[in-house]
Amino acid sequence: MELFDHTLSDLHELLHKQEVTVTDLVKESFKRIKEVDDKVGAFLLLNEENAMAQAKKLDEQLSEGKADPSEILFGLPVGIKDNMMTLGMKTTAASQILDNFEPVYNATAVEKLIDANTITVGKLNMDEFAMGSSNENSSYKLCRNPWDLSRVPGGSSGGSAAAVASGQVPFTLGSDTGGSIREPAAFCGVVGLKPTYGRVSRYGLIAFASSLDQIGPITRTVEDNAYVMQKIAGHDHRDSTSVDKPVPDYLKALTGDIKGMKIGVPKEFLAAGVEDGVKARIKEALAKLEELGATCEEVSLPHSKYALPAYYILSSSEASANLARFDGIRYGVRKEENELLQTYKKTRSEGFGDEVKRRIMLGTFALSSGYYDAYYTKAQKVRTLVKEDFEDLFLQYDVLIGPTTPTVPFKIGENVEDPLTMYVNDILTNLMNLAGVPAISVPCGQADGLPVGLQIIGKHFDEETVYKVAHAFEQATDHHKMKPEL
Amino acid sequence: MERITKNQVKHVAHLARLEFTEEEIEKFAFELDEIINFAEQLNELETDNVEPTSHVLDVQNVLREDEVKPSLPREETLRNAPDQKDGQFKVPSVLE
Repeated sequence: MELFDHTLSDLHELLHKQEVTVTDLVKESFKRIKEVDDKVGAFLLLNEENAMAQAKKLDEQLSEGKADPSEILFGLPVGIKDNMMTLGMKTTAASQILDNFEPVYNATAVEKLIDANTITVGKLNMDEFAMGSSNENSSYKLCRNPWDLSRVPGGSSGGSAAAVASGQVPFTLGSDTGGSIREPAAFCGVVGLKPTYGRVSRYGLIAFASSLDQIGPITRTVEDNAYVMQKIAGHDHRDSTSVDKPVPDYLKALTGDIKGMKIGVPKEFLAAGVEDGVKARIKEALAKLEELGATCEEVSLPHSKYALPAYYILSSSEASANLARFDGIRYGVRKEENELLQTYKKTRSEGFGDEVKRRIMLGTFALSSGYYDAYYTKAQKVRTLVKEDFEDLFLQYDVLIGPTTPTVPFKIGENVEDPLTMYVNDILTNLMNLAGVPAISVPCGQADGLPVGLQIIGKHFDEETVYKVAHAFEQATDHHKMKPEL
Repeated sequence: MERITKNQVKHVAHLARLEFTEEEIEKFAFELDEIINFAEQLNELETDNVEPTSHVLDVQNVLREDEVKPSLPREETLRNAPDQKDGQFKVPSVLE
């Protein structure tokens, strides 16, 4: 058994029983990175020297009995997606335009992990500015799926999911705007939660689409996920869209008891376009949940087919505004010309990759005079309809369940030619961002030897029920114990 | 029908402070047209009486006391500046 096959609470226990040291854990992480990351490509930057020094300090605290025994994450190594600010540690969002950028503050989610005495081992690969579903839009390097190195790990948090799946770190942070935590978690056979919009502070997260973005944990098990979420959730006065609501005890929700729970299964989630292998695993999962005492009923999200075009209009519009700040004036790489306008244009044209430019163009078009109402306002109205679909169903059902992705991980290069084919990968995930509801992806077996993810969707701020169902399913199956050979 | 002309692409590119080669402009005209075509599915829905959603939660204006608090020191804010002079960001000339 490898060290990182243990759950976070087991690692915590090993530390406090002095069977391993923090230094052992951090060393294990870098050893594993050196063994496999040439093949996987999950990390963009390593923080080895600082991490080792920090481990030594924490080991001293432990041996002096100064470590808080209730702090489960104490001394555990973590990887952070490269679109979150890490003080003094280069943060690029996988873009050339930020190739030289060193944040002068930490993102709140990062700061909260640091306060819990976790150790950041490095920054993780992603699609440039989180725009993509395959990690192929990273301007630095490819990230590969640990289950099959010829396939994509998913995106945009591809590095975050691949690093956990390949045992390089026990947990990571990702961000999800249209499926960017859940899709890679499904593709890599790990657990990924997109929390309710407003549950985790976005302060210090490089904004893609501010009304959709959320930070969330990627882990091996549901319990691990709940431990990390417990730490990063909560109100932050520096993010006025974060909500001032008490954070419940997520661990208490993991009872294994889902008797009498009502599960809705949107028929659109198992319609044409979803591969047979994926459908088969989802149907088995539903049978398992019924065996555990839940009832599953077919339901409908009638506007789901309109979610994808609405999502692309809204997310690209917000992105075009958010990415206006990258102009080479205050930070980032400047391509200087004789005058200002040309400096802007050259800086941005050379600094952004193709997909980022495509979305800025789409968003700028949708927001431009004469088109604003036809596209942007229209998409906002459709967003209302999608949101109401969920509200209606949650009057009757505790959670909704379906696949996370329509297919198993595809081959690298297979979908790069046509942006629309690539966008279809988000078809089962982006509507939860439009509605702002929480959703998790948990492993539910394999099709063609590749992982399949089960998606469990809850009401606003009801991560507890989402975790409860995910945990009951996980503990009744062995899917989370699957590991890729590398 | 072609909705997006090359001239439109050039106009949008200028608004977005981007520049492209003629070849790229042509490619964008085609791709944006395809994506817009895809987005036009939304017109199948009758939405005259639907309120647009810009924010999913019922959060109203968030206010706080207007208190003076420390902010980042100037050296820190300038640390990533591509060019600076006298404690300020230096930019290429704006006026001829």
